[in-house]
Amino acid sequence: MLAYIVRRLWQMLPTMLGVVVLVFVLFNWVGGDPAYILAGKMANADGIANIRRQLGVDQPYYVQLWIFIKQIATFDFGLSWATGEPVSNIIATRLGPSLTVLVPLTVLETLIGIALALAVAFVRGSLTDRAVMIACTAGMSVSILVYIIVFQYGLAYKLGLFPVQGWDGLRYAVLPILIGLAVSIAPTLRLFRSFVLDEAGQDYVRTARAKGLSERRVMWVHVLRNAAIPMLTHVMSNLPALLIGAFLLERFFGIPGIGREVILAVERSDFPVIKAITVYVAAATMVFNLLTDLLYQAVDPRVKLS
Amino acid sequence: MMAHGAWRRLRADRVAMVSLAVVMAFLLMVVLSASGLIVADWEDEVGVNYAPPSFVGGATVAAAPEAARQALPDNPFDPLADDLAQLRAQAGEGGTPGGAARRATLPFGGDKWGHDVIKKTIKGGETSIVIGLVAALLAVSLGTLFGALSGYWGGVVDDFFNWFYSIFTAIPSVLMILAVAAVLQQKGVLTIVLILGLTGWTGPYRLIRAEYLKHKAREYVLAADAIGASHWRKMFGHIFPNVSHVALVQMSILVVGFIKAEVILSFLGFGVPVGVVSWGSMLNEAQNELILGRWWQLTAAAVAMALLVTAFSLFTDALRDALDPKVKA
Repeated sequence: MLAYIVRRLWQMLPTMLGVVVLVFVLFNWVGGDPAYILAGKMANADGIANIRRQLGVDQPYYVQLWIFIKQIATFDFGLSWATGEPVSNIIATRLGPSLTVLVPLTVLETLIGIALALAVAFVRGSLTDRAVMIACTAGMSVSILVYIIVFQYGLAYKLGLFPVQGWDGLRYAVLPILIGLAVSIAPTLRLFRSFVLDEAGQDYVRTARAKGLSERRVMWVHVLRNAAIPMLTHVMSNLPALLIGAFLLERFFGIPGIGREVILAVERSDFPVIKAITVYVAAATMVFNLLTDLLYQAVDPRVKLS
Repeated sequence: MMAHGAWRRLRADRVAMVSLAVVMAFLLMVVLSASGLIVADWEDEVGVNYAPPSFVGGATVAAAPEAARQALPDNPFDPLADDLAQLRAQAGEGGTPGGAARRATLPFGGDKWGHDVIKKTIKGGETSIVIGLVAALLAVSLGTLFGALSGYWGGVVDDFFNWFYSIFTAIPSVLMILAVAAVLQQKGVLTIVLILGLTGWTGPYRLIRAEYLKHKAREYVLAADAIGASHWRKMFGHIFPNVSHVALVQMSILVVGFIKAEVILSFLGFGVPVGVVSWGSMLNEAQNELILGRWWQLTAAAVAMALLVTAFSLFTDALRDALDPKVKA
């Protein structure tokens, strides 16, 4: 087990290095000279040279790459170009609001998704099943922007059921969570249904039915336990991406989270913030993939980690 | 070959044929609009500002700004007075339609400038759909090329592309798109196509690579090898036609995804430049209009997009089923 984890971590190194180089090439090479952004409109040659020296961009590329790697290792990305706030501080303070929205959203989405997928799988092949699937496709095709605009306008602004915008704890998270559910339940249901149906055709299901178990017990115990494995993978490996994926919700509702910070950083050309978030989210993605594989074994004793 | 059987299976699927018809109608619209045969005049300010849809009935919002303009007294110190008078005279001679010629209502309403919303939606659809198609073509071409090289050659080549793939999949696509948008800085249709195309190749790559791995040891490839076909010819002359259905399905999945992505990018202001209309830029305007009670632009763009994307997704599902007879629904 330990040997497996160590080897997997070791295998992550080249990928992580690739991510670092990719981000470096994007921002330090394609992105151009940051001194011109920072010096502002009234730049003079001295000021630009000064900024270049401070950021180390007057050094050759391999030295700059080394500075970047040191920044990642020490969690110190310097100051935001836009606000002067330390980047590590930005990430630390924005994580809380993001998670306040994302954790309930993910839990609810998964539970509702499983319940609905099993319910639909009970009537697989019927007209209801087909109608639900077409409704899901139609629901997924409406842009998330439309969901947010209409729900925010209707439920918060017109009916006054929720605060329109702002952030002060869980009360402000309710409507974003509801919208997130409305948007994500259709794709989740479709996916989970396919996982359930994959299992429902297996031999052990026929055996379970043959020995006289009720359809309910077959679906909820036998099928669900096996379908849970791909479901778990899906939910787990999507978590880091979700952190960014909620950026539209965070932007519309003024939630000071990671996603909104990315949008702000893109708008202001605040490269240190984007670089830091990209590198850490990539690292989180890889770690979560490893965790998923470890959980696999816990859920399914047939899986051998090698 | 597979195409014939697949088409027969598609024909039998009623949902697939209806959605194909809808998609084709949209594509025809794009072609007509791009060639200037329809809606070339969408920028004419035919209605009053925010003209409501005809079926709602004309409102009296129109008169107020006209009156306000008349009421302004001449400012004797205005340094631009002479120029303005000249411009007004020119405008009065009949370049742009004056207030009197503007209609109080439009079939499905007007936007801030009085453009016809239906025409604007068609023009916006042209932008969004063209971006989706071209970006998907770019992504699938890249994915196919990388996947073919990787699967066919194996070894070091495969390792290299797999490494590349693992880097791109470690970064969530939204973040990747936003990071590239931050770096490129210039807005434009070509920029969006490049952003989406260069970040979206991973899905096709994985599937095409697996197909090439499977096919390279098949007898027909060995036979091609025996008669002296070049590597390039085997890869794209012999194997590709047999795996092209995977590329086709990936292409239609990506078109849908990219149309949605373009809408979000343009909405955030990282997409189409000012002056180019797309469904995303329409939704951007519509967000503020809704608070004023002007729902028609939002409805038009949202319905048009939902219709196309639903039809396209249903067709993609049917296409996948038809091309892969092993999977029985």
